[in-house]
Amino acid sequence: MREALLEVKNLVTSFRTSEGSLQAVKDVSFHVDKGETLCIVGESGCGKSITSLSIMRLLASNGVIESGEVLLDNEPLQKLSDEQMRKLRGNKISMIFQEPMTALNPVLTIGYQLREPLLLHHKISKAEASKQGIELLRQVGIPNPEKRLNQYPHELSGGMRQRVMIAMALACHPSLLIADEPTTALDVTIQAQILDLINDLKEKLNMGVLMITHDMGVVAEVANRVMVMYAGKKIEEGPVEEIFNNPQHPYTVGLLNSVPNVDDPDFELEPIPGNMPGLNEQISGCRFHPRCKFAMDKCKVEAPPEFTVSDGHCTNCWLAEKEGELHEHRNKVAVRA
Amino acid sequence: MVSLIIRRTLQLVFLLLGISFLVFSSMYIAPGDPAAIIGGPTATETDIAAIRANLGLDDPFLAQYARYLGNAVQGDFGYSYQTTQPVADAIAVRFPNTLKLAVASMIVAVIIGILTGLVSALKQNSWLDVSATTFALAGISIPNFWLGALLILVFAVNLQWLPVGGMAHPFYTIDGIRELILPAITLGTGSAAMIARMARSSMLEVIRADYVRTARAKGVKERSVIWIHTLKNAMIPIITVIGLNFGFLLGGTIITEKVFAINGVGRLMIDAIAARDFPMVQGSVLLVATLFVLVNLIVDIVYTYIDPRIKYE
Repeated sequence: MREALLEVKNLVTSFRTSEGSLQAVKDVSFHVDKGETLCIVGESGCGKSITSLSIMRLLASNGVIESGEVLLDNEPLQKLSDEQMRKLRGNKISMIFQEPMTALNPVLTIGYQLREPLLLHHKISKAEASKQGIELLRQVGIPNPEKRLNQYPHELSGGMRQRVMIAMALACHPSLLIADEPTTALDVTIQAQILDLINDLKEKLNMGVLMITHDMGVVAEVANRVMVMYAGKKIEEGPVEEIFNNPQHPYTVGLLNSVPNVDDPDFELEPIPGNMPGLNEQISGCRFHPRCKFAMDKCKVEAPPEFTVSDGHCTNCWLAEKEGELHEHRNKVAVRA
Repeated sequence: MVSLIIRRTLQLVFLLLGISFLVFSSMYIAPGDPAAIIGGPTATETDIAAIRANLGLDDPFLAQYARYLGNAVQGDFGYSYQTTQPVADAIAVRFPNTLKLAVASMIVAVIIGILTGLVSALKQNSWLDVSATTFALAGISIPNFWLGALLILVFAVNLQWLPVGGMAHPFYTIDGIRELILPAITLGTGSAAMIARMARSSMLEVIRADYVRTARAKGVKERSVIWIHTLKNAMIPIITVIGLNFGFLLGGTIITEKVFAINGVGRLMIDAIAARDFPMVQGSVLLVATLFVLVNLIVDIVYTYIDPRIKYE
């Protein structure tokens, strides 16, 4: 029985710029259940980080959520005041960022930064917060946690800093953890440790995890379900086995082919030709068609709606319609171009 | 830390040697005979020659310089040619006034500068930011003597809220503070403007930093995000500007002291230069140079308290 934790419905986020208002996230819907990991995958600039910052309501000052709904435990976050939202952050929703080297404040001790969410949300004494901080550091596998509290971020390695970030994010036992490329800046061996750690803690705390990444290896490691984004839109979503074994969208296929396969000596990397369009680029029809080797005439004029491939697996590609009667036109509301 | 202090002190010794040599030689080759000035308009050739011999002004340059240094290391900076008062005593009497003025100006500059910079960074491109930036530009451009005269005209002569000048009361009394207000604003405005510009750009840089976003993601209150997470990081370049400005203020009080008739080291130095009072010039310049180095040493030490990444080996 799935328990919905986070539900995002038709999210549109845009930025005011000197070139006018640019949409970075275009009508994206998805959900994360309790105890499940959803990976959002896509190239840099596809809107995956903006999606997560929209959920946290931490967009830069020129960013605005134009429409759509974000529900956490059926509560619409958009309706909360700034103060109510602040109380939720670090408490019910936490976030881990990409760059452990810059995401910790260099002039404050680890202890101070770790105690902060505990003191803010749990209203406990400083001594009690320190005690819990030490316990958290131990939980994320940091040796000598007592000593670390008085150290500064520059005295720790990248992997240790990311562990501190995770400890901070988990301090108040959040129900949703958003991890924005948490392992991109780390060595491969450390990467695996950090991913294992997030997985373990997810199971222990029955958290929902929204993992943002461009690394298909990470997806294979942690995801229950996958959502692929391209140029601000969701183009495919499904269980992880489906996405890896039966990808429908040519872009998803392209992403999978651009991951080296060490087991297959004949495997050749196949880059996706071209670049992702800029936010202000007007592209008619499917936004991927200029880079797609299967593009048909229809793709150039009409944006594909969402087709259901199998249970929980859907894609926005005209190929899915053509291939079989099995795929019904689930979403009658054509996605805005 | 200790090694930093030792190194800087050694540097100071060499710096003072160099400065004293420069000032001594420029005074030596400058036109005008101190003996003639001391003797006055009625002095005869013989009188002047006697004064010269008495002061040792006929000795070779290096001999004079060596004698000066020898006395200086024993704390004897010579006697004023004008008043025959010991130089050290004359400076000691006036230095507190200069220090008061410089410290008061710095307080004005730091408070106005940081607040203005903070507001304009937090409200970037708003009308507040535009007015703050305009204030900063005006503050840097307005000459001291004009601002001083204007303030006297408005607040002392027309409104009669504050005294016209002088510094007769201790700084901890109401009258003492009232005396300090106008000179401190006059002298501090330029520094306030420089601090404001630095505070604005430094805050703008830090406010976009990843760790500020992390703080917000933890649910930290906006007030703490600004005052703890942002400002502490933005302080390093601001402290540098504050330190440099304080050094300049200590040596640059001349015009303000003149405008407000304050009996300080700046005025002492200018009057001494006009009168070819070499020992007095020498003594004042060495004092200002020493203070400048000391202020910068303090700034370097303050760095280590603000940023734990800065360590001196």
